[in-house]
Amino acid sequence: MPKIVGFTLDGKPCQAVAGTRLLAAAAENGVYIPSLCNYPGIPPKGSCRICTVKINGRLATACTSIVLADMEVQAITPELEEFRASVVEILFAEGNHLCPSCEKSGRCELQALAYRYRMTTPRFSYVFPKRGVEAWHPKILKDHNRCILCKRCIRGIRNESGKTLFAFGRRGDRLVINIDPETSRDVSDELVRQAAEMCPVGAILVKGKGFDEPIGLRRFDRRPIGSDVTQ
Amino acid sequence: MGRTIPAVIEHYHRDPSRLMDILIDIQWERGCLSEWTIDQIAKILDIPRVDVEQTVSFYHFFSKEPRGKYTVYLNDSVVAGFAGRDAVRRAFEEAAGCPFGSVSPDRLIGLFDTACIGMSDQEPAALINEQVFPGLTPEKARRLVEGMRAGLNVEELKGADYGDGQNANPLVRSLVHNNIRRTGDVIFTSYAPGRSLHKIVGMTPQQVIAVVSSSTHRGRGGAGFPTGLKWELARKAPGDVKYVFCNADEGEPGTFKDRVILTEFPMLVFEGMAVAGYAVGARKGILYLRNEYRYLRGYLEHTLDDMRRLGFLGPLVAGKAGFEFDVKIQFGAGSYVCGEESALIESAEGKRGEPRDRPPFPVARGYLQKPTVVNNVETLCAVVKIVLNGGAWYTAMGTRESKGTKVISVSGDCRKPGVYEIAWGFTVNDILRMVEADDVQAVQVGGPSGSCIGPKEFDRVLAYEDLATGGSIIVIGAGRDLVKDVVLNFARFFREESCGSCVPCRALTAMSQAVLEKIVAGRGARSDLQAFRGWAGIMQKNRCGLGQTALNPIVTTLKNFPGVYEALVPEGEGPLNRGFDLQAAVADYKAVTQ
Repeated sequence: MPKIVGFTLDGKPCQAVAGTRLLAAAAENGVYIPSLCNYPGIPPKGSCRICTVKINGRLATACTSIVLADMEVQAITPELEEFRASVVEILFAEGNHLCPSCEKSGRCELQALAYRYRMTTPRFSYVFPKRGVEAWHPKILKDHNRCILCKRCIRGIRNESGKTLFAFGRRGDRLVINIDPETSRDVSDELVRQAAEMCPVGAILVKGKGFDEPIGLRRFDRRPIGSDVTQ
Repeated sequence: MGRTIPAVIEHYHRDPSRLMDILIDIQWERGCLSEWTIDQIAKILDIPRVDVEQTVSFYHFFSKEPRGKYTVYLNDSVVAGFAGRDAVRRAFEEAAGCPFGSVSPDRLIGLFDTACIGMSDQEPAALINEQVFPGLTPEKARRLVEGMRAGLNVEELKGADYGDGQNANPLVRSLVHNNIRRTGDVIFTSYAPGRSLHKIVGMTPQQVIAVVSSSTHRGRGGAGFPTGLKWELARKAPGDVKYVFCNADEGEPGTFKDRVILTEFPMLVFEGMAVAGYAVGARKGILYLRNEYRYLRGYLEHTLDDMRRLGFLGPLVAGKAGFEFDVKIQFGAGSYVCGEESALIESAEGKRGEPRDRPPFPVARGYLQKPTVVNNVETLCAVVKIVLNGGAWYTAMGTRESKGTKVISVSGDCRKPGVYEIAWGFTVNDILRMVEADDVQAVQVGGPSGSCIGPKEFDRVLAYEDLATGGSIIVIGAGRDLVKDVVLNFARFFREESCGSCVPCRALTAMSQAVLEKIVAGRGARSDLQAFRGWAGIMQKNRCGLGQTALNPIVTTLKNFPGVYEALVPEGEGPLNRGFDLQAAVADYKAVTQ
């Protein structure tokens, strides 16, 4: 029998199996804590900081924190929601995100969060960085303008020999994600599809596939991000 | 040219976790880590090429292109700027015939900027092929370049005017000076090597930890975590294999006290590591040493050999069966964030210096996922003395919450920069008197990640409960342009050093540098100042201390010196973006259409 622990989330008593990460535990209890770099099934990284909560008064990311008995968690507060909105705006200002012409529009988690926070324009100056689009690979298109460096692809995509296809390069605001020419050489269509699916934005795309879903039927057209948890 | 690439990798047993050592050796022997080299390393280690590339591209001292037969790294710290760095920089450029950030056309001389190299009391200072050249002047720069053109080797370029103390040791032969201005009762006192080891073998590990805990000693690197508690947690962590790290990365600008401790008392440091090993059950110690202190390598290796001969390290420390402990040296390669304990561990594992998510903390899962204690150089020295003299001896010194002494490194606008060991409890005024500083505008306590305070606060006390510092104290005289010469320098530093993992850190360090530059250029607005205040709250949510404190220089000076900003930014222009130049923005269009 798995051990169950009790904790409170914004005052609401909740339960989870011991050892569950807080983000998942909240979802199991019907509470959506916004997140972006987290992805079910791969180790969390706490990069985007969006899922920041207060645990017993101290700041922590919900994706990396393991639920412990009697934890008091504050997740949806005006201060934390304001912070999350700021991070979303920072991401829009940091890259070159042109939604109208993007293949991921309507399915993009960054865009969906921007809708959640009713962003009209970021309160940060646009950086307009000079970034490129990598098209040398026969199957993968990498648009660095849209990449939010969430590291999902690095953490989650492995070829048949268990080797990574993606890795960081450089550091700071010059950070970039590189594709390995060797390990990606014979990548299967399925793995490329998984990578594109895993990418929260339109930075990794399957070549030859454009706008394949009508507006109105895309993932976030019907329901806002997080509604699958709260319902 | 040195060894072949396979030979270097074989030397490190083809272990991918030794990637830092492999890259450092090849960078040194070949002058660069070319694309071909990266391919070879990836192939032999059987890891993806991008995994080698990610480490190569992270560290400042790794380069894909050659950096000249003589590679000059001139540090660009605030104090170097005070001491005339700009003129030295220009002199190097004129003499070498190339701008900084490039190599001379004859490929002889490479000129590069680098962050504070731990020589703030003897600026302007540069590294040339890993040797330190302190106290530079434009004339010295010109003569150095002449020497390079005449084919002198670095030893000949250095000359023989070695510094004091062990800087003149034949294994060091450095021009660096210790400038120990004041010795205290804990670190800079006479010391008979090995005595603490002979004492602890008559105690249990728990008793050793109890003594350290009773002293209430707190880590001396800046974070101030209770040392006894850290050791207790590591001791209790399950597992047979544990590690002790000495954090000698000393990257906080204006800090140079660990350099002096390592120069004058290396055995004391290593003995402290052995004490820690005994206490927590670790058999292996690693000294993580910043690359800028590589000139101490031969001397430190020799010290370790001496200690092995004396039975202070090795399979039978102080003759006690089961007390096995040895130390190896792991170099960094130019990254301030690697002073953060979890980033340091990542680096020691051959990876990028990206801090880890905690929990779990290193004491539970650290180096190679084993329980690991990471302690500062000064901490490890203090514990030796605490073991010898007892906790009560230690708590008799200092303030109510900060016991013992602190070694501080003071630099900037003062007559006696250098290293001082003081009991906690000195006021800033006491320190300014001690270092002979007059007409002080501001003091940066704790480096850029600390705070910038003005005369109204000079009666505050150096203590964890008031003004904490890892050691760095920078005196800023009346004539200095606080925003341009200090705050902007710090902002550029954090921007350069952010690992990039967290969104707010990498973005806002870059954005705040851009806004500050706009303000210094006279195109700022009051709304920019308001924005900074809001950004401070965002930065609190970053994963590590770098991100959490990166806006401190701006925020503390905004709070304590609002006038200097208001003078740069006119009132009443509303949200108008004075940084926007309309003519420049339409220049391309005009060129095409007219």
